[in-house]
Amino acid sequence: MLNIDNLHVKLEDEGAPILKGLSLDVPAGEVHAVMGPNGSGKSTLSYVLSGRDGYEVTAGSAQMDGEDLLAMEAEERAAHGLFLAFQYPVEIPGVSNMIFLRTALNAQRKARGEPELNAAEFLKLVRAEGQKLRIDADMLKRAVNVGFSGGEKKRNEILQMAVLQPRFCILDETDSGLDVDAMKLVASGVNALRSPDRGFLVITHYQRLLDHIQPDVVHILHDGRIIKTGGPDLALKVENEGYEGLIEAAA
Amino acid sequence: MASPAKTPPTSRLTPAKAEAAEALLSTPRPAGEAAWAQEVRAAAEARLRAMGAPARRDEYWKYVDPAPLLAGAEADVAGGAFDAVDGPAAHVGGAAPALEGVEASTLGAALSADLGWARALFGVLELAGQEKVARPLAALSTARAAHGFALRAVGKAPAPLRIVNAAGFARHLVRVESGAELTLLETGAATNTLFEIDLAPGATLHHIRVQEGARPAAAAQVFARLGEGAALRSFTLAADGALTRNETVADLAGDDASAHIGGAVLAKGATTIDSTVFVTHSGLRGESRQVFKNVVDEGARAVFQGKIFVRPEAQKTDGYQISQSILLSERAEFLAKPELEIYADDVKCSHGSTTGAMDPEALFYLRARGVPEREAVSLLVAAFVDEAVAEIEDEALADLVRARVAAWMAAR
Repeated sequence: MLNIDNLHVKLEDEGAPILKGLSLDVPAGEVHAVMGPNGSGKSTLSYVLSGRDGYEVTAGSAQMDGEDLLAMEAEERAAHGLFLAFQYPVEIPGVSNMIFLRTALNAQRKARGEPELNAAEFLKLVRAEGQKLRIDADMLKRAVNVGFSGGEKKRNEILQMAVLQPRFCILDETDSGLDVDAMKLVASGVNALRSPDRGFLVITHYQRLLDHIQPDVVHILHDGRIIKTGGPDLALKVENEGYEGLIEAAA
Repeated sequence: MASPAKTPPTSRLTPAKAEAAEALLSTPRPAGEAAWAQEVRAAAEARLRAMGAPARRDEYWKYVDPAPLLAGAEADVAGGAFDAVDGPAAHVGGAAPALEGVEASTLGAALSADLGWARALFGVLELAGQEKVARPLAALSTARAAHGFALRAVGKAPAPLRIVNAAGFARHLVRVESGAELTLLETGAATNTLFEIDLAPGATLHHIRVQEGARPAAAAQVFARLGEGAALRSFTLAADGALTRNETVADLAGDDASAHIGGAVLAKGATTIDSTVFVTHSGLRGESRQVFKNVVDEGARAVFQGKIFVRPEAQKTDGYQISQSILLSERAEFLAKPELEIYADDVKCSHGSTTGAMDPEALFYLRARGVPEREAVSLLVAAFVDEAVAEIEDEALADLVRARVAAWMAAR
């Protein structure tokens, strides 16, 4: 479903490469985790896949269902079914959560040639999904992420994911800033979306999120490359022994 | 009332300024008016001759060259922003409108009669507004403007009154009596528009103005005096046009008065839009807000000059001023000159000004959720401008203004 091959990426205005030949395949129905120490290129991977400006791909490819992701604008990738849950969700003063979500959903539907949802249909959908994540009507009315706690922001990301129903989800350090209860809520939101035709890439520094979102495959990212791939036990190994041993073994 | 500084900081009268003033006065005074009106006009002529025409070197015209305003290009833009509003429309140059609770006549009729309230207003607030700063274009209006309306609200008007300006001068006298409330919706462009607004104790006036469409240089001025407990709610949407200078001069003369002056500026291309506000606090516990949002695109310039002047006796004043801009292009300019001048010791006054490009993080967040860039920019601009539009208390009228903002973004 998601196929990344030999991806080389650098910042547009800097010379040093960040991703140096990253390859990764996530088939539909699977959850893959990418773990790595700080500075290994985790966030760059999420941003370059989702189409943020400022990165330059110098070699390699990234495809989703056989189509070239890198040739698309960010909004086209989203309409194509790619979703990034941000590590730091952005505050947008003056734009209510409801307007934001409805604009996004209908823009995607329009791009795909599907009928747009009317206000009543949309409200019903958002309320139902919001309830599962304990996001009440008041939070929906407030400006996007403005004044939200860390946990509220992350729950809001998962709400967006639930409403937009993407085919492939990237979770960028979704566990950062969450207490255990919030993490369970977020994880159950993600798990509810797991399905045979949807793929996930869960990017995290720590193993603890993976207790709640069980991955099928775990990749270790270091210095812009995947240095090891294994099962869920690989995450436990990182938790117990740290990254050092794995990095040395790969060297 | 004693004032700390009596002489306005007017620049010296140069031969060029004097000559330009003469040129402005070269047309004859309107004929057939009452003796008292002719005296007021003669005094305004003398005033204009004494200060001269505005020039680029004047401090008050530091950011904007007034020359196009002196050329007298004909502006004639009807503007249909409020066409959907249920209420009478008064076209400048045409007949006086009829609206329950409002005594209305044309300016010409008011100045030919001995209408006590109009006599107490015409040229009076303009003159008072010259105290700290010379405003030659206002004196010119008093000297020459022949068309406009005299409106006296004596009750709560059941509907808004629309005023549609036409080319040339538009001069309006507005008196809202105690406890009365009136909403004025203004569209259309005159070269020189001036309102004198007198709010009796407890009176409320909502003045909502939309200036849009291609039009030559135009100056619009508002001189307002607020009695005890009176409320002024003023909002202006200014979009495009060659040069627009909007001056609002408000004196919170009575205690517990409240003036909210909001503005949204949408400027692109060969456009300069200047919002100049001078709020004077003379009474106790006055509250004033100036909220201006500027969206400036390729080639355009927006200017904000805002002043809060607090007299020694105006204790417990609460004054607030914010001017912000989004620059949508590298070739866009925003110039701000916020000023506080405070002579009372127990007041709360604050001002702020920001300018910058569109937030790239917010833009990416929207795009990553599938919103096309163009639509995302429009959404963010609308949200930015809305902090000023929200100053309009009537939601239906605010929505009409929002629609004009959206139309401007769609045409961008």
